[in-house]
Amino acid sequence: MKKGRNVRREPFTDTQLLMMITICIFVSMYLLAMILFGGGFLHAQQVFDMLNDNASLIIVSCGLTIVMIGGGIDISVGAVTSLVVMSCVLYLNSGGNLFVSVLLAVGIGLGFGLVQGFLISYLEIQPFIVTLAGMFFARGMTTILSVNPQKAAHESFQKLRDIKIEIPWLGYVAKNGNLVPARMELGVVAALLCVIIIFIVLLFLRLGRGFYAIGGNQQSALMLGINVKQTRFLSYVICGILSGISGYVFMMHTGAGNATNAAGMEMNAIASSIIGGTLLTGGVGNVIGTFFGTMTLTTIKKIVVSSGLNDPWWQSITTGGMLCFFILLQSVVLRRRAKAKP
Amino acid sequence: MDKSKKILKRNLGQLTIPVIAIFILIVFNLIRDPGFFAISFMHNNDGNIVLSGNLISIINGASELAILAMGMTLVTAACKGQDISVGAAAAIAGSAFVKVLKSSAVITGGTVLAAFLFACVVAMIFGAFNGTLVAVFKIQPMIATLILYTCGRSIAYWINGGATPTVSSPIISALGSFIPGIPIPTPVLIVVVVAIIFRLVFHFTALELFTQSVGINGSAARLNGINATFIQLLSFIILGVCVAVAGTIGVSRLGLINHETLLLDIEMDTILAVAIGGNNLGGGKFKISGSIIGAYVIQMLTITLYAMKVSSTDVKAYKAIVIIFLVVIGSPVIKVKFAKFMSKVHENKRSVSAKGAERA
Repeated sequence: MKKGRNVRREPFTDTQLLMMITICIFVSMYLLAMILFGGGFLHAQQVFDMLNDNASLIIVSCGLTIVMIGGGIDISVGAVTSLVVMSCVLYLNSGGNLFVSVLLAVGIGLGFGLVQGFLISYLEIQPFIVTLAGMFFARGMTTILSVNPQKAAHESFQKLRDIKIEIPWLGYVAKNGNLVPARMELGVVAALLCVIIIFIVLLFLRLGRGFYAIGGNQQSALMLGINVKQTRFLSYVICGILSGISGYVFMMHTGAGNATNAAGMEMNAIASSIIGGTLLTGGVGNVIGTFFGTMTLTTIKKIVVSSGLNDPWWQSITTGGMLCFFILLQSVVLRRRAKAKP
Repeated sequence: MDKSKKILKRNLGQLTIPVIAIFILIVFNLIRDPGFFAISFMHNNDGNIVLSGNLISIINGASELAILAMGMTLVTAACKGQDISVGAAAAIAGSAFVKVLKSSAVITGGTVLAAFLFACVVAMIFGAFNGTLVAVFKIQPMIATLILYTCGRSIAYWINGGATPTVSSPIISALGSFIPGIPIPTPVLIVVVVAIIFRLVFHFTALELFTQSVGINGSAARLNGINATFIQLLSFIILGVCVAVAGTIGVSRLGLINHETLLLDIEMDTILAVAIGGNNLGGGKFKISGSIIGAYVIQMLTITLYAMKVSSTDVKAYKAIVIIFLVVIGSPVIKVKFAKFMSKVHENKRSVSAKGAERA
């Protein structure tokens, strides 16, 4: 951080502290898994698999993190993702253009973001209710479009889908002696780009600092001359656009539209943001933390599978326990810091 | 005219929106199909004479929602947030209920009572868990209950060892549908009983006042000698009891426990019922009656859509439009704008009449 400009009393801000804790826990958990289970965890492909499977979740979580930093909540993201997948698949199957389908995805997300943002920031309706209605609407529209699963059978889309970035030096030698390179999907690139861009926006841009300001204290932000309503509006718009992008990435991964796509994704995204150190009260959070939050959530599921707890209930019970641990940890850490401050 | 307006304002207050909503729905249905609310007597499979009709199915179908909404109102008022784990917790309570029933060879009234009490205790423990996180650790209710939301249904699955056991007994079916000789569905009677209990508790204790003061300003309430932590914890435990009752009704209706589908998505509907009832989701003042009306509004909307041949998966989209319409009417900005507009109209009238008087 630029120490010359603003001198800090503490070595870390709340945001940085919570993010550091998450990263440390993720790294130690992954190292532990490497030592205990070996096998798959030793290959770099394991990390890439986790990224491939969760690219859309990472993008959605980033959007949600912005909204949560601004002190709001958006639970429509999963449903919007699902709607985008379904409508893009139907559009492509009816002989559409690949470029237009991307625009369609972003457009749907933007539409949701605009309407929800307007209702929440300018009409001052509670965000939970507005985005709940948004979720109902998106889920309902998905089934209205098609109840049956639809497979994308568009030629150039399938070509785009099959593009995989291969990294030979991270690969491993298979049992038959061939070198299998590490494979990464295009969606992961999009996800990482989103994370980096949002990180820069949040850290250096006036708009990004505005999100922290309105989430931390709305009155003070108003006194500082920040357009609170507009900033909040923009946070929902960005979140909407990101859900649109996430839908496209989801479609690139699965290649099919289904009414139950991305079910429960909103809660996974909230969990990722929380594990990554974002507070629902607003003003604290970071997308890098969110990224590691998603990875932590995935790693714990992988560990449960590898450790042989095959009963279907263990995955979500351990996820719940994990969440409980992180939430308690945050609460305790922040309270101790609040007490330590004069 | 003025007097009636004043009475309306004083009595309705926050109930304006839900009452208007229910009124609009009734009128809409009557125009669409004048016989929509017809109630008739018919013989059910057991040979009892029972009431039937759309109105009955609305009131009957909203029972779980109404009960959960009552508990949720308290939590919302005291903790300034909502419990999103009620559906999962109801699945756990239902599983516990079935577990006890399955452990005895013959299902008697005593077993059912014991099973219900056990379900209550289990739900209260989970409520206390949520309550501790919220009240003691000061975690936002939505985040604290996200834990149980994530793993609750899996715990329910685990309780029954990965099966969806069925229970068949005349007592259970009486709980879920009709008691022989009484034409009103039992869940409706249970709602009435729960509502009366809430009324009595509010009448004889200061719970309502304490909850409101904790919700409006926790530290001020503490300085006035109210144990804010305890009140918040208590609200979650009361919600736990409501969850157990709702779970029991849900299980009794079908005669089986399915951890995945029992009261699915009801947490969202419950919060919606509280919001439509005019309660502030940010805590503070509340009216249980508003939430109950809100629950019936939601159910009436759903049944209306079903009657219009909308498929059950598509209902959500139309529901969303109605919800947005309702909250936009109720939004503070629109209210202020409307009030300004009305006062302008009044001023215009007055100035016009004043001019008229001058001329005369």
